[in-house]
Amino acid sequence: MARIDDDGDTEAGLTALLVAVGTNGDVEAFEALFRHFAPRIKAYLSRGGAASADELMQEAMLIVWRRAALYDPSKGSAAAWIFAIARNLRIDAYRREKRPEFDPSDPALVPDGEEPADMRLAASEDAERLKQALTQLPPDQAEVLNRSFFSDQSQSEIAAELKVPLGTVKSRMRLAFAKLKAALRGTGEES
Amino acid sequence: MTIRHHISDDLLLSYAMGSLAEGWSIAVATHLALCPDCRRRLVEAEEIGGGLLEGTQPQAIEPSSWESVRARLSERPAEKAGRAAVQAEKPIIPRPLRDYLGGDLEAVKWRSLGKGASQCLIRTEENTTQVRLLKIPAGKPVPEHSHGGRELTLVLSGAFEDETGRFGPGDLEDADGSVTHQPRATPDADCICLAVTDAPLRFSSWVVRLVQPILGI
Repeated sequence: MARIDDDGDTEAGLTALLVAVGTNGDVEAFEALFRHFAPRIKAYLSRGGAASADELMQEAMLIVWRRAALYDPSKGSAAAWIFAIARNLRIDAYRREKRPEFDPSDPALVPDGEEPADMRLAASEDAERLKQALTQLPPDQAEVLNRSFFSDQSQSEIAAELKVPLGTVKSRMRLAFAKLKAALRGTGEES
Repeated sequence: MTIRHHISDDLLLSYAMGSLAEGWSIAVATHLALCPDCRRRLVEAEEIGGGLLEGTQPQAIEPSSWESVRARLSERPAEKAGRAAVQAEKPIIPRPLRDYLGGDLEAVKWRSLGKGASQCLIRTEENTTQVRLLKIPAGKPVPEHSHGGRELTLVLSGAFEDETGRFGPGDLEDADGSVTHQPRATPDADCICLAVTDAPLRFSSWVVRLVQPILGI
């Protein structure tokens, strides 16, 4: 078995760890993932104010363990994949709503065409550029994004709290998404 | 299927962040099942979620957390019951909408809205949206309406046209409260679409407004 001598704190390292868990059921790799993600997932899951954030975090990490074989590194980073698991758990735990999602094996699903070959070339560089771009977002766009991410607020709730029109919230989200997408793709973005 | 009207960036980002209510999310997720392009955009939006998670100030975990989790690694969670029997024909309606309806189009229990139009209300576990399937006869208009907020309309079969364009299977119209539109099914076939609104529709016609409370539309 390949040893992972990375400390797991780079995106490429984390992705390699998740692949090792998925292909070999590697407990050491999983422990390294746990050490990295558990404190972040706990912080994310306690934003709803729950005292039980530690238990929820444990649930999230167990789902990561059980589903790791389904992880496909060509479709995104380990952080994004693990985020989606924590997000769904949070919706279920706090809002008690369903999370409607498409089913990749549904016969009614329209399948992907040919993937562009350059979809994911340099995951670590992507992560670094994304990190930079997140810190450089204008404050009003960062505010709207953070409320959506951490506080689980809908667009209309954000508009009401910030006392701005709904259209303003939408356009700030669009601008933020455009900047961050450009960073992920490594294309410059004229402001 | 050629899709021309896609999920707007702000809607897709809200869905990816997990802050979009269940009702809207049904329309978004069903469009995603029909649209590989939007699925690629969703991957990018979820990368942003991953980046924000990475940037989160870590919170101390219970010292025993790792041991508790490790002790449970060999648990085999109860698997969900096997998939439903393979359908003889490819369904028209993709998941997740098909699950909400309890089956494909033939399972829908339509209620008449008059003038040949009909609807089927869809239950969700939240009360900020109203979700319904609408069937508009070929060539016929939907009663003119304006609405207090957002309205998402996803075409499943047939097509409709309004002042803003033509919408065929898979197309998602994202209208806000500023629009009073007059959608009309194209003459070739009945139009079946999913409509999600965040406020009861205010039909402009006083007759329809009168029966609105009775029909629950």
